[in-house]
Amino acid sequence: MSGLETSLPLTTIWAFIIAGSVFAYVVMDGFDLGIGILFPWFDVGNERDQAMNAIAPVWDGNETWLVLGGGGLFAAFPLAYAVVLPALYPCVIAMLLGLVFRGVAFEYRWRDPGHRALWDIAFTAGSVVAAFSQGLILGALLDGIAVEARAYAGGWWDWLSPFSILTGISVIVGYALLGATFLIYKVEGNANVIAKRFAWRLFWGTGAAIAAVSAGTLFLSQRYFEKWFSMPGLVYTSIVPILVAVLCFLFIRAMRRGQELAPFLICLGLFLVTFAGLGVSMWPDIIPGAVSIMDAAAPAKSQIFMLVGAAIMMPIIIAYTAYAYWVFRGKVGSDGYHD
Amino acid sequence: MFENADAILLARIQFAFTISFHFIFPAFSIGLASYLAVLEGMWLKTKQPVYLDLFKYWVKVFAVTFAMGVVSGITMSYQFGTNWSVFSDRTGPILGPLMAYEVLTAFFLEAGFLGVMLFGMKRVGPKLHFAATLMVAMGTCVSAFWILSVNSWMQTPVGFAINDVGQYVPAASWWDIVFNPSFPYRLVHTVIAAYLTTAFAVGAVGAWHLLKDKANLHARKMFSMAMWMAAIVAPIQIVVGDLHGLNTLEHQPQKVMAMEGHYDSYPDGAPLILFGIPNSEEKRVDYAVEIPKVSSLILKHDLNAPLDGLDTIPDEEEPPVGIVFWSFRIMIGLGFAMLGVGVLSLFARWRGKLYDWPLLHRLALIMGPSGFIAVLAGWATTEVGRQPYTVYGVMLTADSASPISAPAVGASLMAFVIVYFAVFGIGVWYILQLVAKRPHAHESGPARAPIRSAGITPGPAEGKGGDGRMDTRPQNPEVEPAK
Ligand code: HDD
Ligand code: HEM
Ligand code: HEM
Repeated sequence: MSGLETSLPLTTIWAFIIAGSVFAYVVMDGFDLGIGILFPWFDVGNERDQAMNAIAPVWDGNETWLVLGGGGLFAAFPLAYAVVLPALYPCVIAMLLGLVFRGVAFEYRWRDPGHRALWDIAFTAGSVVAAFSQGLILGALLDGIAVEARAYAGGWWDWLSPFSILTGISVIVGYALLGATFLIYKVEGNANVIAKRFAWRLFWGTGAAIAAVSAGTLFLSQRYFEKWFSMPGLVYTSIVPILVAVLCFLFIRAMRRGQELAPFLICLGLFLVTFAGLGVSMWPDIIPGAVSIMDAAAPAKSQIFMLVGAAIMMPIIIAYTAYAYWVFRGKVGSDGYHD
Repeated sequence: MFENADAILLARIQFAFTISFHFIFPAFSIGLASYLAVLEGMWLKTKQPVYLDLFKYWVKVFAVTFAMGVVSGITMSYQFGTNWSVFSDRTGPILGPLMAYEVLTAFFLEAGFLGVMLFGMKRVGPKLHFAATLMVAMGTCVSAFWILSVNSWMQTPVGFAINDVGQYVPAASWWDIVFNPSFPYRLVHTVIAAYLTTAFAVGAVGAWHLLKDKANLHARKMFSMAMWMAAIVAPIQIVVGDLHGLNTLEHQPQKVMAMEGHYDSYPDGAPLILFGIPNSEEKRVDYAVEIPKVSSLILKHDLNAPLDGLDTIPDEEEPPVGIVFWSFRIMIGLGFAMLGVGVLSLFARWRGKLYDWPLLHRLALIMGPSGFIAVLAGWATTEVGRQPYTVYGVMLTADSASPISAPAVGASLMAFVIVYFAVFGIGVWYILQLVAKRPHAHESGPARAPIRSAGITPGPAEGKGGDGRMDTRPQNPEVEPAK
């Protein structure tokens, strides 16, 4: 093998690595963005400061998974990267600009107490826009993208549909749930009470969103319907409801018992189940119905080179990320981490 | 409003705008991260509180700079796909892995330890904290390594084959691709540039405070450190820049022709055109001020060596000469101005007037932004000089763009311009406010630190006697190294 062809096993591995990065991004930046979404409901001062401090030391690392997802796609599946981004142009730009506001607000709000209220609004608005855009991206991708001659061949508004708006809202709700449960673990006092109240509401909201998006996906195209109701999808079709039910039960129990970390971890489980469901819908395509992972794959030589790096670096990254979370474990308090 | 505009031109403007903004921040944070590591290392070694105070003073600036660098960088990593999708599809198999390595080896490292560096001093103690600072500093340099390898491959592509769908795929060893011919020069030159940029920014802040109070110990320290950097590194940069240019002459001759303003070939010794107005219509430099034969001397080390000019290449391959010619001169001019300040500072040091020579301080103050201007000018030279190609000699810019219509690109360009000027403009304003504050003892940490220490252990008035020996005062309990 000269390495210039594509290889199925390698491509599959890379599909899983990219999916893994996207999942890591979704849950980790998900709770950051979720906290941003919930920010207005916390009181100015102590409550907001606690919420902000809960994520200030880790948000950059969380967001880096987005760079790995995008960069990895560019490297392992250049065709997909080259088709998806122009197709979802306005959503991507909106997401990036949302992240700009969200990211600088972390620093700016401390620098400029006089305008802290303004940066708090920027923080929330940036988080909402980023979450909504990511939801639109998901919906538009599931809805299908027109491809011709290795390029996007659709119009400028193709990404906008009732379904993509549904997924957009669902992502906002889901991220807010992650944010609320993370705050239950991190904050004290009244902020903790607020977080708990939101966790309950958003839990039901997320349940409804999962149901609506799942049903919507099935009706989106015959393709999805067949996937889910023929083997091997059928196996999954039968266990998903059970898993979701079990996780919901655990969540309710954990919340009733006043546990602080468990609700967050259970929500991660819920996200994992739904994420795997998306994988079932899409597999083996990277752009549903148009481009398979093999069509889009980079040559084996490129994928091997990166795989060496990923195999060495991933464990190290996970180790020091875990260390960073460990350093900042426990309740945050409101006076921040400064020196 | 953009119906009649050229989508490719708009995409180029958008790329140039966003990358220029992005690069301003890394140019500062690469240097600042290393400076902070030095400061913290010196503090641990000497236990002199002045180093810790300076660390805390600059780490706040670093935090703001870094945040702006991160968010503008994330935009960049998606911009290849949104605006240059054909380019992305074709070059992905080669450039993608290099950028993935950047994420794996640099971005995670920076991000992972940034939290500890900014907020963790109390939690992990000084030694581990220093390790985190070192990791962040290392991350910024590793980041420069990979992204400059990517850019250099686009300037001097090697080791590729073209497959049946038109992609550039890796044909030689990855080693050859990563260490492509222009990469070593570009890496060294750019990292030094970041250090110089930081040195002059720090030096200007020191100078500003010295002008107001020449006895301020902290201002003295930073000014002195910055001037050492300028004196030592500016000459190195000039030598490296010269080597870089010779390498460019070998691999991208038409870029050098544009830099030099050589429309004509010179069979026996080319003149060095100092100034003039390149006129691409008439193929000559108007009002040229030139020194005969010196260009041949610089580029060929021989007064009479022949040099080809732009007349030897087809018109459609000629880069925009005016921009390249002028941006190159701006960079060179600033490089020599930096050298000048460095030399003056040595003279001042020798005469014992380093802290006591307002003229030098004013000069250093004016030179504060010089690094930023020089790096942007340098990049403009590099990138515009590569036109009309995105991958030199292989892929035209005109063939690289996404199938996106002008109104869409135009609208997003407007959004970027508005948001960037607003958000980063304010960020720069915050940085200016931070550095306008007098550096003092018991500097507070990066976040919203309640400045408890200020009232408790005032310490002797700063700079008493102006002899710089301020280290005898008791250490601030808040920052005691032994935790
Ligand atoms: C503080 C910043 C700074 C300073 C003082 C200088 N440069 Fe520079 N220069 C850069 C920052 C820079 C840069 C931003 O780092 C560039 C842009 C891309 C690159 O490779 O480095 C660059 C590019 C660049 C190029 C283009 C190379 C190419 O793309 O083919 C040449 C020939 C030089 N430089 C030469 C010089 C010389 C002879 C200098 C001394 C007088 C000099 N530079 C000072
Ligand atoms: C960081 C400092 C950089 C600056 C200031 C810079 C500046 C510019 C400028 C001014 C242009 C427009 C040239 C023209 O159209 O006349 C441009 C184009 C471009 N640059 Fe850079 N660049 C930088 C780094 C990079 C890097 C690191 C890469 C690759 C990884 C890159 C890739 C490109 C591409 C793809 C284009 C668009 C095509 C083109 O017009 O050449 N640039 N850049
Ligand atoms: C088109 C080219 C570029 C792309 C796509 C790009 C991408 C990025 C991204 C995604 C980040 C954020 C990383 C994070 O999440 O922590 C970033 C930050 C950074 N980039 Fe760039 N970058 C480019 C050009 C450059 C250049 C030319 C340099 C230096 C020579 C550079 C050096 C850095 C550094 C040091 C950081 C850390 C943040 C900071 O220091 O401000 N980048 N870049």
